[in-house]
Amino acid sequence: MSTVNKSRRAFLRTSLLTTGGLMLGVNWLSAEAAPAIIGNASGAASGLGFNSFLSIATDGTITIFSPNPELGQNILTSFPMIVAEELDADWKKVKVVQAALDTKAFDRQVTGGSGAVPHSWKLLRNAGATARHMLVQAAAQKWGVAVDECTTGEGFVVHSKTGRKLGYGELAEDAAKLPVPKDVPLKDRKDFKLIGKAVKNVANKDITTGKPLFGLDFHRDGMVLAMLQRPPAFGTKIKSVDDAAAKAVPGITHVVRFGNNVAVVGKSTWAIIKARRLLNVAYEKDGALESSEDHDRLFKTLLDSDKATVRRKDGDVATAFSTAAKVVRAEYQCPFIAHSPMEPMNFFAHVREDGVELVGPTQTPGAARTAVSKLLNVPEEKITVEMTRLGGGFGRRLKTDYVTEAAELSSIIKAPVKLIWSREDDMTGGSYRPAVRYRFEAALDASGNMIGYKLRGVGINSGNPTREDNFPSGAVPHLLIDSVEHASPITTGAWRAPITNFLAFAEQSFLDEVAQAAKKDPIVFRLELLEKAKTAPVGAIKYDIDRMIGVTKLVAEKSAWGTKKGVGQGFSVYFSHRSYVAQVADVVMQNGKPVVKKIYAASDCGQVVNLSGARQQVMGGIVDGLGHAMYSKLTFKDGAPQENNFGSYRLIRMTEIPEIETYFVDNGIDPTGLGEPALPPTGGAVGNAIFKASGQRLRSQPFVDDAIFNGKPAGVNKTARPA
Amino acid sequence: MPLYKLQINGQTHEVDVDADTPLLWVLRDNLNLVGTKYGCGVAQCGACTVHFNGSATRSCVLPVSAIGNSKITTIEGLSVNGDHPLQQAWDEVDVAQCGYCQAGQIMSAAALLQQKPKPTMEEIDRTMQGNICRCGAYHRIREAIKLASTKA
Ligand code: FES
Ligand code: FES
Repeated sequence: MSTVNKSRRAFLRTSLLTTGGLMLGVNWLSAEAAPAIIGNASGAASGLGFNSFLSIATDGTITIFSPNPELGQNILTSFPMIVAEELDADWKKVKVVQAALDTKAFDRQVTGGSGAVPHSWKLLRNAGATARHMLVQAAAQKWGVAVDECTTGEGFVVHSKTGRKLGYGELAEDAAKLPVPKDVPLKDRKDFKLIGKAVKNVANKDITTGKPLFGLDFHRDGMVLAMLQRPPAFGTKIKSVDDAAAKAVPGITHVVRFGNNVAVVGKSTWAIIKARRLLNVAYEKDGALESSEDHDRLFKTLLDSDKATVRRKDGDVATAFSTAAKVVRAEYQCPFIAHSPMEPMNFFAHVREDGVELVGPTQTPGAARTAVSKLLNVPEEKITVEMTRLGGGFGRRLKTDYVTEAAELSSIIKAPVKLIWSREDDMTGGSYRPAVRYRFEAALDASGNMIGYKLRGVGINSGNPTREDNFPSGAVPHLLIDSVEHASPITTGAWRAPITNFLAFAEQSFLDEVAQAAKKDPIVFRLELLEKAKTAPVGAIKYDIDRMIGVTKLVAEKSAWGTKKGVGQGFSVYFSHRSYVAQVADVVMQNGKPVVKKIYAASDCGQVVNLSGARQQVMGGIVDGLGHAMYSKLTFKDGAPQENNFGSYRLIRMTEIPEIETYFVDNGIDPTGLGEPALPPTGGAVGNAIFKASGQRLRSQPFVDDAIFNGKPAGVNKTARPA
Repeated sequence: MPLYKLQINGQTHEVDVDADTPLLWVLRDNLNLVGTKYGCGVAQCGACTVHFNGSATRSCVLPVSAIGNSKITTIEGLSVNGDHPLQQAWDEVDVAQCGYCQAGQIMSAAALLQQKPKPTMEEIDRTMQGNICRCGAYHRIREAIKLASTKA
């Protein structure tokens, strides 16, 4: 098993010259109609216009291209597994190649929205199955036997009647001459040999031996390095630059200003870091200089605003609340947080007369190319984008700002340049998870039924901070969900499980508060609501009620819900993207403080592709969700971020993780994605468990700011429950 | 700029850099040893961990002038064939997600096992809490260290 990273075309050229064999193109855009084509040593150009490729060399080596960026979601392993499964390949002989951006060959070369496997599942299976079918045909012809007398396994076609056997490599050339079949049947899932099993990451060896896989490791002879000095506060711009001292630092080749940036360019990172410290840049006000306290005040105003955008309205909430036997109200708030992928932003750009070369870590190579094309007015055909491995993304690398910076700088200094963000640049450079506050209100009738539900979300550059069609919408007769958004110079962006990364905590905590007011077990309360959504749906239902019930029941069983002594258990269930995850947290009190001991997770992501990778996504998602709920916040003073590195900005560490048990629902549904869905439920399960263990309801993050953890009185973000 | 003779991975390397240059940037910019990663530059994340006479050290805050004849080992020199018990355990347990922190994690763990071949869970946690894994692969990191310690 090995991995390579190069442009698909360069690969095709060399592999065709050296190995011959079967090249199979699959039309990525319309798998059903799949007019796949075959090329061989003489037909390299026939690959044009087609998308994914797998090739089988005459020595039996199978190369599978993985088009989507790898950022730790393990797609470089799971995509090829799907192809290899239907091909019945010998996994040990599969080579994986990270494809470069190629919109003619692939579509949706994006890592985001937990969408890669759901999108490509059928296409990848078709690719493998079609090739397998042709190899069988070639063998059957050679032996003069019927196709259906032949079977395949581990890279061989077998005729068991006569005990004959031929390797895929031996058959590749003959198979390549056959017409490409359409509508080849796919395997029955009970015959899966790879899919659903734990298969190791194909890059393990390279990672554990320190190979240059990442963008920051990229080197090109003749390139220079650069860092940018950006404004220290949102809402400021450059007034004047004195760069004399910085320019005088040995090893510095350029100091140039473009836009609101001062680029320091040189031969070594250390020279650049030192020169940056000698820059003398004055800034002036260019917009609102907002502080976190301003946001706290602003939220209160926005929550009472009469200019909200209505997101969903069912029934008549006014009457429901005026006739309610009981009303429950609570507010929840989260701070800004940074993405902080371990590898800070960086990109290589070389703007030449005849085109642009871009290399680096991006979740959206296509958008990066479009942005550079617009910026430099260079046609997209003249821009190449190669993806390195990403040292984490979490949504930050969906933005293309750091790519266009590199390209612009290269065009100015007319040299190949690798632009590097320091950790401080990365943390203070914007594109944060927005700060948001929610007000929930629930109306209960005399028997404890939730008859009315109101949610207002207010956020700073948050876009719509609600997910109006998520549960409990559809289960409540009278419902109103609306929002008010504030425009700020502080930039925001998608952060792993956008919006739901905090909304899920708020909603699942509030539902616990309502269950308590209704004197019902939190799980029973939710199951009753789900039952109502099923039998008497109100308005559109855009989630799968049975899948939500499925994970709820599974986690209740596995966590021995409600039977543990001396442990506070908290439950949470959430639907995000296309998948369902329910979690139960076990919390105990130690020295007066809550300690999260264990988290149980039941996930329904449809068919699990790689059990090892799937477990990692769930465990990593939970650690991520817990860590940010517990510890992380980015605050502002006059537009300037107050935390700028891991000393002041806290991330979860090994001593702070609970035990985690992961379970998957096996229901035969096609894969529905798992990069994000395990994260949203965690905060709610933990918050609810802390309430159970301590009697304290946490309504703002990070939890460590709460008196229950630090002994200090509650801060400005705290809300007393007015009801 | 002064000339330094550095003992790295059993070889002598000559570099001509400023005295205050952190070893991290000497490795990455001058010697093309990029397995050692930059994560924070201020000794808070552990991505840049190397061995300094066998002890886990944050190379981002170690000036080249402080190294002298001390022996430096980086991830590239941890084993000849990439088969240190920890490297094997990392594969067996399938630890890596994005993988960016993992060289630093392995170097921290290797120094621990050198001093304490059979560490307890608490000792593992205490040592490893200096290494951030943003992907949250902590459970498997811990498991792989345990596994390697039973084999070594
Ligand atoms: S880069 Fe040295 S500890 Fe983070
Ligand atoms: S594996 Fe991504 S930071 Fe550790």
